[in-house]
Amino acid sequence: MPNQIISFRLNGEVIEIAVSPAEMLLDVLREKMHLTGTKRGCGKGECGACTIIFNGKAMNACLIPAMRAQGADIQTIEGVEGEGGLHPLQQSFIDKGAVQCGFCTPGMIMSAKALLDKNKSPSKDQIREAVGGNICRCTGYVKIEEAVEDAARNLRANAVKGGDL
Amino acid sequence: MVQNYVFPATVSEAVTVLSTNRGKARIIAGGTDLMLELQDGKNTCDVLVDLTQIAELKNITEENGFIRIGASVTHAQAAKSELVLKHAPALAQACRKVGSLQIRNMGTIIGNIVTGNPAADAAVALACLETTAEITTQEGMQTMPLEDMYAGVCLSCIDSCCQVVTHVRFPVKQKGQGSAYLRMEQRKALALPMLAVSAMVELDGDAFKWARVLIAPVGAGPQHALDAEEFLKGAPLTSATMAEAGQLARNQAMFRSSAIRGSKEYRMGVLPVFIERVLQAAVEDARKA
Repeated sequence: MPNQIISFRLNGEVIEIAVSPAEMLLDVLREKMHLTGTKRGCGKGECGACTIIFNGKAMNACLIPAMRAQGADIQTIEGVEGEGGLHPLQQSFIDKGAVQCGFCTPGMIMSAKALLDKNKSPSKDQIREAVGGNICRCTGYVKIEEAVEDAARNLRANAVKGGDL
Repeated sequence: MVQNYVFPATVSEAVTVLSTNRGKARIIAGGTDLMLELQDGKNTCDVLVDLTQIAELKNITEENGFIRIGASVTHAQAAKSELVLKHAPALAQACRKVGSLQIRNMGTIIGNIVTGNPAADAAVALACLETTAEITTQEGMQTMPLEDMYAGVCLSCIDSCCQVVTHVRFPVKQKGQGSAYLRMEQRKALALPMLAVSAMVELDGDAFKWARVLIAPVGAGPQHALDAEEFLKGAPLTSATMAEAGQLARNQAMFRSSAIRGSKEYRMGVLPVFIERVLQAAVEDARKA
């Protein structure tokens, strides 16, 4: 079976791309779209480094057949930064020292964003549940949790000011 | 090698694709296990038949005294479902334990059964709820009790090259009934269960009318703790009774020492405590109803 053309919304822009029926979404993003912010860690859905937001939900791109992207709304780390600069989550990860080697960071931010998109006042438990599928071997998670809390606070403050984030 | 990937719009279209491909097409729902098996060469097929676009398989419904769960319902969906939380807290608790949130957003409840893993969280919970599967083939629809779906450890009786498990269903909760699920694990996230137990009870005043007590992984699929279940019939509702049931559960608990799950001796040692706790939680749920 030759490649098939599929169409989906990627970081807000509708795109068309030829994929093979055996291909995984992670490979399409990295190798064909050259969006290498989405990392390949374990390749088995165990580390969360390849987390993307697929129709509003955090999922491991390494486990999604590319064909399933047809008609989907997909966000990767490359689409997180807004017109006004870094997303509050990205800024908080920097401010709170939640980044060390950085390999887990895109996945961490996508998991956290999937949570904050729906809930801007998450409890500690909800934050832990959201990033529980993302493994970090450097920071010990405390600063990551603090960064997500900080970003949530900033998003709430911005909402009060009438911002659109 | 997968050469074609199709999205049937109906169940009958899906079984037709399976049948015309004569064993070379295979059902995919969540795909969290299947995609890895295909990559590792442990499984093979020419055509993947994706169920996720079939509208009737996406929901959890209450119909004719049963809760009915479709084939593309994910663990995350079930864990939050009001119907599941009300009628089967055991299942909601089990679904929250599977993998990570990313996996729970993809992996399906029915996939959790069809992969045949003996310690699959959702399957262990469904076993105490007296679950029946609805299976469609080119010849028609048949039903099969959950316990008959296991052919061995990590082996299912379901052949996903010709059968589609479209739904599972279990009876709605009656007054005086309650259920719970509990597992032991090394970490609170992304951990396999070292042991898993589920229980459903019906209370009659200050006594158990009956109880179903399940243990895993101790064989092909979740296993009933038969001696404990027999003992609990009509037994008084006391902590001593539940402790005794825990001891009796060891009679059916043939754990094997495993590098991943822990030693046989350790798991035999903690099992009675888990049985006691899961019974207490099921009783608490029954009293709420």
